[in-house]
Amino acid sequence: MNSGTLRVDLKLIADWVEPKSRVLDVGCGDGELLRHLAHEKNVDGRGIELSMAGVSAAVRRGLAVIQGDADTDLKDYPSGAFDTVILSQTLQATRNPREVLAHLLRIGRRAIVSFPNFGHWRIRLNLLAFGRMPVTAALDANWYDTPNIHLCTIRDFTALAGELGLSIEKAVSLTQEGRVRPFAPGDAWANLLGEHGLFLLSNRANR
Amino acid sequence: MVLPPISSQAVDPRTSRCHTVELGPLKLDSGVVLERFTVAYQTYGRLNAAKSNAILICHALTGDQYVADAHPVTGKPGWWHMLVGPGNLFDTSRYQLICANILGGCMGSTGPREVNPASGKPWGLSFPVITVGDIVAAQALLIDHLGIDQLFCVIGGSMGGMQVLEWASSFPERVYAAVPIAAAARHSAQNIAFHEVGRQAIMADPDWMGGDYLLAGTNPHRGLAVARMAAHITYLSETALHRKFGRKLQDRTQVTYGFEADFQVESYLRHQGSTFVDRFDANSYLYITRAMDYFDLAAQHGGVLANAFKATPVRFCVVSFTSDWLFPTRESRAIVHALNAVAAKVSFVEVESDKGHDAFLLDEPEFHKTLAGFLDGQATHRGLTAKAAE
Repeated sequence: MNSGTLRVDLKLIADWVEPKSRVLDVGCGDGELLRHLAHEKNVDGRGIELSMAGVSAAVRRGLAVIQGDADTDLKDYPSGAFDTVILSQTLQATRNPREVLAHLLRIGRRAIVSFPNFGHWRIRLNLLAFGRMPVTAALDANWYDTPNIHLCTIRDFTALAGELGLSIEKAVSLTQEGRVRPFAPGDAWANLLGEHGLFLLSNRANR
Repeated sequence: MVLPPISSQAVDPRTSRCHTVELGPLKLDSGVVLERFTVAYQTYGRLNAAKSNAILICHALTGDQYVADAHPVTGKPGWWHMLVGPGNLFDTSRYQLICANILGGCMGSTGPREVNPASGKPWGLSFPVITVGDIVAAQALLIDHLGIDQLFCVIGGSMGGMQVLEWASSFPERVYAAVPIAAAARHSAQNIAFHEVGRQAIMADPDWMGGDYLLAGTNPHRGLAVARMAAHITYLSETALHRKFGRKLQDRTQVTYGFEADFQVESYLRHQGSTFVDRFDANSYLYITRAMDYFDLAAQHGGVLANAFKATPVRFCVVSFTSDWLFPTRESRAIVHALNAVAAKVSFVEVESDKGHDAFLLDEPEFHKTLAGFLDGQATHRGLTAKAAE
């Protein structure tokens, strides 16, 4: 795997990670991002992944990855154990996103969270025009078989971060084609034009 | 890594060696000091010049040091023979494998069946009760004797996994990577209960003679066979038993209205029991099951398992199997949680298998692929190349 083939959102995440830091990737899949971070940034990385196939592939890459569940296993990590905790395209699939988010910033000094934006214009239009649950490139499953049980918009997420007392250090929106657009919290255009939201959060209490 | 096909010829006879060594003294957890004791061990492959490529394989309760070559009593291939050989998971051109018969065992290491040099008679029940800690301390003396500062890896399943955890906890600087498989950091009440059934079966056999059967010239083979039969059920899963036997009858078309082995599963268990007594010593079974019962790594560290691994530099790969109800996944998760709490480098995989606890000894491709990947990744980090040992 070379860095050139890394997905655009993963590359953005990687850019936000400090070299030689300690990173926990929650929902790390086959460890593509962790491997990139270890090679390119000398990061001391750990991962959690739900699927046996993902864990097995990551372990075969020499990564420290455990089979586990963001909803149940984050509570076992000590506070402040990591510099950055990453939750990439997983928040919407957790049973208790609010609790998960709180744990991310208890375990880590900073958290990087990405998710599909349910506020994107195509989704809004789909629902308005056809009255059915939208199926798009970013959210390509039918309502009855989607793993995404807690979808939110960029504005919803911004509000939750505020409720939890988290500060948004950086935020960008992405389109499915990989067009990146940084935005400031409260920017309504990001919520309309971004197919994905990507946030760098820190704990106000930690600053 | 692609695994070559399973073959009983995988062991390279040029690098397979049988050894015994006299070691000691060793102060046991019970306070008794063993002045001298023998360790019988096998090696496969060669130690490299830096002595950095040794893998210590820890065997399970009724296992032994014959990992890959034919068992001297039964003639059956070694218990992990399919994983050992040049280019295989345990690549003997890359690593040196060491497996020692545990202290208290009955395949050449000092145990209740051996002669107590002080009395000139078999130890029998005068052999001191040993712990997993004692077993590992004895292995550490062997590793000293071999001049190895740090083992590349310590690996084992079931009770072997308990030894792995004890190694990582007691000698963290001497273990580069640790792989506890289908193991637990403590023996559960249910498992102690099963062991007690086995011990009572042995001690209820009149031929056990209060433990002095070697002097009396008897053998409590019926008691030991029943112990093995009961234990064997715990190594399997209901699914595996049903798939293998169902309610099929043994060499008959209808039940006999008697107590012969009507069912195939009965016949199978009787066979398991009767072949086991040929290769295992009843007193050894008492001592080793006791050592497992006493194992509680958290209790040794103020009741907090994480304290057993504080600031550990060891790289762990913890493995469990979905259908293992003897050492269920939650036991492995407890280990993983403790390791996470001390920010250890840990990988954990729960392998899907319906074969029960025994899965670690069987052909489980996903398990073997993960293991091969972990070892390969760690060996690369450690700078161990294939052929390093040539």
